[in-house]
Amino acid sequence: MGSMQRFDVVVIGSGPGGYVCAIRCAQLGLKTACVEKDKTLGGTCLNVGCIPSKALLESSERYAATRHTLAEHGINVGEVGLDLAKMQERRVKIVAQLTGGVALLFQKNKITRLSGLGRIAKGADGYHQVVVTHDDGSEETVEAAAVVIATGSVPTSLRGITIDNERVVDSTGALELSQVPKHLVLIGAGVIGLELGSVWSRLGAKVTVLEYLDRILPGVDGEVASEAHRILAKQGLEFILGARVEAAEVKGEEVVVRWRSKDDQTHEVTGDRVLVCVGRRPFSDGLGLDAVGVALDNRGRVQIDGEFQTNVAGIFAIGDVTRGAMLAHKAEDEGMAVAEILAGGHGHVNYDAIASIVYTHPEVAGVGKTEEELVQAGVPFVKGRFKYGPNGRALALGEGDGFVKMLAHKETDRVLGCHIIGAQAGDLIAEVALAIEFGASSEDIARSCHAHPTLSEIVREAALDCARRAIHK
Amino acid sequence: MATDVKVPPVGESITEAVVVEWLVPVGTVVKVDQELVALETDKITVNVPSPVAGLLVEHVVKVDGKVEIGAVIARIDESASTPTPAPASAPASTPAPTPAPASAPTPPPAPANTPAPASTPAPAPASSDVALMPAVRRLLDDNGLQAAQIHGTGPGGRILKEDVLNYLANRNSAPVVPPQVTSTPAATLKAAPAATSSPTSSTADGGKEEVVVMSKLRQTIARRLVEAQHTAAILTTFNEIDMSAVMGLRNTYKDSFEKAHGVKLGFMGFFAKAVIEGLKAYPSVNSEVRGDSVVYKHHYHLGVAVGGGKGLVVPVVRDVDQLSFAEFEKTLAGLADKAKNNTLSLADLSNGTFTISNGGVYGSLMSTPILNPPQVGILGLHKIEDRPVAVAGKVEIRSMMYVALSYDHRIVDGREAVSFLVKVKQCLEDPARMLLEI
Repeated sequence: MGSMQRFDVVVIGSGPGGYVCAIRCAQLGLKTACVEKDKTLGGTCLNVGCIPSKALLESSERYAATRHTLAEHGINVGEVGLDLAKMQERRVKIVAQLTGGVALLFQKNKITRLSGLGRIAKGADGYHQVVVTHDDGSEETVEAAAVVIATGSVPTSLRGITIDNERVVDSTGALELSQVPKHLVLIGAGVIGLELGSVWSRLGAKVTVLEYLDRILPGVDGEVASEAHRILAKQGLEFILGARVEAAEVKGEEVVVRWRSKDDQTHEVTGDRVLVCVGRRPFSDGLGLDAVGVALDNRGRVQIDGEFQTNVAGIFAIGDVTRGAMLAHKAEDEGMAVAEILAGGHGHVNYDAIASIVYTHPEVAGVGKTEEELVQAGVPFVKGRFKYGPNGRALALGEGDGFVKMLAHKETDRVLGCHIIGAQAGDLIAEVALAIEFGASSEDIARSCHAHPTLSEIVREAALDCARRAIHK
Repeated sequence: MATDVKVPPVGESITEAVVVEWLVPVGTVVKVDQELVALETDKITVNVPSPVAGLLVEHVVKVDGKVEIGAVIARIDESASTPTPAPASAPASTPAPTPAPASAPTPPPAPANTPAPASTPAPAPASSDVALMPAVRRLLDDNGLQAAQIHGTGPGGRILKEDVLNYLANRNSAPVVPPQVTSTPAATLKAAPAATSSPTSSTADGGKEEVVVMSKLRQTIARRLVEAQHTAAILTTFNEIDMSAVMGLRNTYKDSFEKAHGVKLGFMGFFAKAVIEGLKAYPSVNSEVRGDSVVYKHHYHLGVAVGGGKGLVVPVVRDVDQLSFAEFEKTLAGLADKAKNNTLSLADLSNGTFTISNGGVYGSLMSTPILNPPQVGILGLHKIEDRPVAVAGKVEIRSMMYVALSYDHRIVDGREAVSFLVKVKQCLEDPARMLLEI
């Protein structure tokens, strides 16, 4: 029997959680391998998630801006043409650059890449085994002192809806459309749906959004979600809330979507493409968890303790396959924490300071508690608000829509949350995430100098407004 | 533009106060933290320090006036720095009808090394070694504090705004003073006879009476004493202690002790150590009733009644079981000094688990102390007097001291109380027992 390769850590999955974990492990001197079943590294985020969607969002936003807003700058353009194939090419190139980059990082850090589907098996002598099934069917088994499950998540669908990735697509399919739909019916008004819906809407599609709840963007602060709804509707997206989608029937080049309203009436809406974006579920298929006894919860998530360890000693899990927000940076931070725990130190993730961002235009970003969460928890708080409108930079940029809302504890003034809708919200939120990490008060932000003219002053004015001391309000 | 000086929070559940005395007349230039006015509340008398430097331009409330916590009580003009001549208004510093408040330690003044910032609102540069967050810098400057005084609870021990706010709230809240010990004459062990006062005085005697309104503090003390008696089932058990062993030790070692430790060898150290032995052996005497439960405390914070500048106070020496003799004597001496200078803080007076009171210094031979709630035991020590006692069949003159343990019979039973006192007696009569823990 040939001797198996033995590693200190084998990470299964090379998405943001997995690849960051592997790199950090290697940096800390652990002999590391990473298993990836796809042809390229980087997981959902790099290949069919965060990155490609941001590329298309940027391209489509430029297209829309060119057509609609350049005129007010005194710039006259004639007919604006769209070469969707080229736009998609750009997306593909960016993704390739980044996935190639991860491969280079693996080489630089001497991480062994194992290509194929990984399955955990019972090992001997205190080691776990990981069986990798290559594309050609052959198997390779390695030993691992520790295994980190980073297999991420996949899109879910609804009962009664079949995703064929032709007429009825999921988020992956929605990224790869080679033609702008005439009428895109979007099922689900969450982050991913609205981002992808925005892309195609800007490129000329009529978009109808069907959402089960009475509001869009669940999880986002209510006041901000309302404003997002208003602005997106103004941009031309049609919203139908309180709709329970029951079926999507493909009829030639069209799809008829049947939905039921609250008063129990059925309705139909017909489009040439349907995008199903109703959520994602943790993915652990083929991992062999049953055989080694790793427990899942009733939502299919791998159960972990405070140190990311499963109920089987030496097997850890991070990212979308575990509890918590399904965010790439959450997975990355967990990956780093696990690496540090494995190397004998301590690893910690501060979940209170993880921002989440929606890349619509204007962007939406939030960190910490929403206003609803504070009210529900009975925490006394003050609210500071400042609109983009009066800010000089915002006006010069032509980005007057939106506001910053900051929430601080009524007695200690500690910053508890911040929610932004407006241009560059995703970047502006970083200051507040840092403030929360440092236990800062709204007064601390208010007293820090913010350069002029910048959008960051809006954050500062919101902080000042917590004490009712905004200058420009 | 004048800055309003507001009445700071002075303690939990205290919502109003009475102006006792203006310490600074209108027209004086005051420094940050300089005490402006003495206020009296339900529990304590407290002096309000000035939050800013400048010219005191107005006493918003006159002596005997009531103020609410948070109300404006004075105005200071920060831009003015030259004193104006004293106005003709009545000098506010004579509290004729109000009696001097009993035993009211004021909050500790700002430490001597407070920098006196200029009256500009811009924060003075903070200590260069510590990176301080902006709101913290502002609060420290506004209140004349140093970063070193604040305990930081932020990441890496960083001082947060809320840490300074908490410090300020605790600094301004006044200690609750419970001088619970009352010495009654030894002749009777009955409770002091109820004062028989004629409800109304006839005009014939009217002129020979003096009606003195009780200060808020005295009212509070009175109320708490009666509450203690209504709440606990107070009983007192007595014993007597032959102090010759302790006195012998003192005589032999007092010089070398003082030389070695820099503090006098008093009696209190012995009493305290003996009490600790007793509390360890009979834990119910070191407990507290909370609702339906008895809370047994595994820490030993002894309150020791001392005569302070304004009366009797009971500062608490913490963790006496972990202090050496010398450490105990030093700590107690330090607290006694603070009591004399009225600089005891709320922390100094809080969280005691048992109290020792020595009525002997006033000449009391025997007494029945009242409990210091929520404690369930209080040890009264008395005058050490030479008495003839029977020792091994012969009459000898010994230095004897009666001791009294008042206890809450709801949870301390008679056997425990008596045994506790016996243990204390044994430890004092044979100090080697404390060393050997038997």
